[in-house]
Amino acid sequence: MKWWRRGWWVPALLLVAVLGWWYVGHGQPTASPAQREADAAALRDPALIARGEYLATVGDCAACHTARDGQRYAGGRSLGTPFGDVPAPNITPDPDTGIGRWSFDDFWRALHEGKGRQGELLYPVFSYTSFTKVSRDDALSIFAYLKSLPPVHRPDTELGLGFPYNVRSSLVAWRALYFKPGEFKPDPAKPPEWNRGAYLVQGLGHCNECHTMRDSLGGIAPERHLTGGQIPQLDWYAPDLSTQAGGGLDGWLAQDIVDLLKTGQSAKGTAFGPMADVVRLSTQHMSDADLQAVAVYLQSLPPRPQPAPALFTQAASHEHGGQLYAQRCADCHGKDGRGVAGVYPPLDGNTSVTEPTGINAIRSVLLGGFAPVTAGNPQPYSMPPFAQQLSDADVAAVVGYIRQSWSNKAAAVQPADVGNYRNTPVD
Amino acid sequence: MNSFVSLCRRLRGQAPRAAFVLLAFGIGSAAMAATPPQDGTTPGVPDTMQQRVAACTSCHGAHGEGSADNVAIPRLAGKPVGYLMQQLEYFQTGQRRHAPMEYVVRQLSPAYLRDIAAYFAQQDVPYRRQPVPAVSAETLRRGEQLVLRGDSTRGVPSCVSCHGAKLTGVEPMMPGLMGLSYDYLNTQLVSWRTRQRAAEGPYCMGVVANRMRESDIAAVSAWLAGQEPPADMHPVAASAHTEPLPGWCVMGKSGAGQ
Repeated sequence: MKWWRRGWWVPALLLVAVLGWWYVGHGQPTASPAQREADAAALRDPALIARGEYLATVGDCAACHTARDGQRYAGGRSLGTPFGDVPAPNITPDPDTGIGRWSFDDFWRALHEGKGRQGELLYPVFSYTSFTKVSRDDALSIFAYLKSLPPVHRPDTELGLGFPYNVRSSLVAWRALYFKPGEFKPDPAKPPEWNRGAYLVQGLGHCNECHTMRDSLGGIAPERHLTGGQIPQLDWYAPDLSTQAGGGLDGWLAQDIVDLLKTGQSAKGTAFGPMADVVRLSTQHMSDADLQAVAVYLQSLPPRPQPAPALFTQAASHEHGGQLYAQRCADCHGKDGRGVAGVYPPLDGNTSVTEPTGINAIRSVLLGGFAPVTAGNPQPYSMPPFAQQLSDADVAAVVGYIRQSWSNKAAAVQPADVGNYRNTPVD
Repeated sequence: MNSFVSLCRRLRGQAPRAAFVLLAFGIGSAAMAATPPQDGTTPGVPDTMQQRVAACTSCHGAHGEGSADNVAIPRLAGKPVGYLMQQLEYFQTGQRRHAPMEYVVRQLSPAYLRDIAAYFAQQDVPYRRQPVPAVSAETLRRGEQLVLRGDSTRGVPSCVSCHGAKLTGVEPMMPGLMGLSYDYLNTQLVSWRTRQRAAEGPYCMGVVANRMRESDIAAVSAWLAGQEPPADMHPVAASAHTEPLPGWCVMGKSGAGQ
C-alpha cells in the first residue's frame, strides 16, 4: 500500500527529466555577432560601469560570488542548502572560467530567467526568484561592471548535490511551483519612493531569500513574503520585516531602518550574524535616498497576526536566568533591558530576542562578537562570547529570562536547543 | 612557532572569572569620557578600546594577560603588533582556524584590526608561570637541544634562530615563545603540522613542524614551558636580530615545496 508513496518521485522525475530535456534543447536563443559587437562597445561606458558597481553592491553579488580569502567575484564559495552544497561560480570576465564569453543576453537570461549560458536551468540558490524583477537597464549596468573587472582564472568547483537534485531538469517542476519570471511592475497608485523601495527589497536586494520561511522543497509561498524564517543551513532567524502591529520590526521608525542598514546599529537593534555581513558588504554603501525608499516600503507592509498570549508560560529557570543576567548582561544592556543608545542594543522589545525560535538570542550569547564596522561606526563595541563560560543550562536560563522579561513574551528555550547550536559552523 | 606568541601563563589556581571581574571593574571605573548614564539604570560606557574589545578580553583578560582558567587561551599582551594583526587577519581569511575567533573578527575592518592589535601589543602586565608537565630529563634535554641548537640531521633549525636569543620574539612579526603553556605550545605545533594554522608564506613553521617528530614537539613544548621567563619580556627590536628568515623557508601557503 505504501510502495507507491515511497517511489512516487521516480515516474515524476522521469517525466520531469524528459520535459526538461526538451525544454533545454529548444529554449536557447543565440545572439548575433553584430549584436555582440554593439553590446561590447556600449559596455565600456564608465558611467554605466560606475552605476553597475553601485547596483552590484546593492545586490551584494560579492557576498556569494567570493570565496573566503578569494578574489572578489571569482566564485568558489560553497553555498549550503538542505539539498547539498552549490558552489558560486566565477563571474569575473575570464573567458574560460568566468563570464568572458557571455553576451548581455546570456547574462539577462541568467538573472531574469534563471538559465545558464547553455540554457541549463540554474539552481535557485542563485536568487533569480528575486533577480527576475531587476530591470533590464540595471542588469546591463551590472553586466558592464562585471565585464570591467580584472579576469580571474578560477575553474568552478564541483556541485555538491546528490541524486535527484543533481539532475538539473528536475528544476522544471520546482520552477513551475515557485518561479514566475517578470520584471518589477511599479504600482501607479503608490509614490515613486515606495516603488523604488519595493523594487530594491523584492528584486535586487533579494531580502525575501532570507526573510521568509521556505517550505520543504526550498520554495517560498508568495503570501509569506518578508514574514521571517529560519535561514536553512546558516541557522539564524531572519525576522519578519513588518513595522506594524505583530510585525518583527513592530514600532521601528523609518530612521531606525535607515540607521541599521547604514551604520549596523539603530535605537531598536544591532545587525549581527548574516545581517552584519549584509550591512558591511552592501547596505552601508547604499545612497540615503535608496535607504529611505527601503524604509518607506517596509513601513507599508501590513500588520501581522499577534501570537496567542496563552502560549506564554514562564520558564522554571527564570530566577536563575535573572541572576545570570544581573552578573553577565546588565552592565551593558541595563537592568531594564533598554541598552545604551548608540552603543549596546536594547533587549526589551528587540525582535532578535523574541523571534519564534530563540536561535538568535542563543547564538548571540554563545558567540558574542562585534557590530559590523561601517563608515558610520568605525570602531564598534562588542559583546563577549559566553560559549566558553556558560553551560547549556545557563545559556538556556539567561536566554529564557530575556525572552520573558520587561515587555518580552516569547517562549523559553531548552538546554538541548543550546547544545544544538553550540557547534553550528560559523562560516 | 610562530604561533602565538605570548604566552598564556596563568596559574591554574586563579579565580576563574578573573577576566570578567576585571572587565566589570573596568566598566565601573570608567564612567569618564563616555556616554552619560541614560536614565539612571544603565551605566555610562567608557569611550575606550578596553571597553570596545570586551569580546576579546572576556577570554584573553582585560589587558590580554591570557586566561587563568584555560591554558589554550593565550596571552596577547606585549606581543609584536604586526604578529597580532597578522593572526587576526588569518582568522578572517581562515588560514588560522578556531571558530569562536573566526566569528568574533568577522565584521572588522583592517583599520580596526590594527587598532585592536595595537591595544594588546601595548599592554604591559606581569607574566605568570605556567604549569609544567612531568617529563623525563631525557625529554627535556632533547627539547633544550632543539630550542637552542636545532637538529641538523632532520633539517630543524633552532627556535632561537628566529624567535630571538631570549625567545621573547622580534619586532614586528616574530612572536616570543616564553611564558606560554605546554598545552598551547603543543597544540600550536600540531596545528602547523595539520594546517589548522597556516601563513601566507614563507611557511616556515609548517615546514619545521613537519620535520619534527611528535616526541620532539612534546619535548620542545615542555622545555619552553618550564623556563623562567626573563625579566624583560619585550620583543627585541628588528635591528638587534641579525639573522633573517632562513633561505630554505620558501614554501607557499599551498604547502608545496621542501
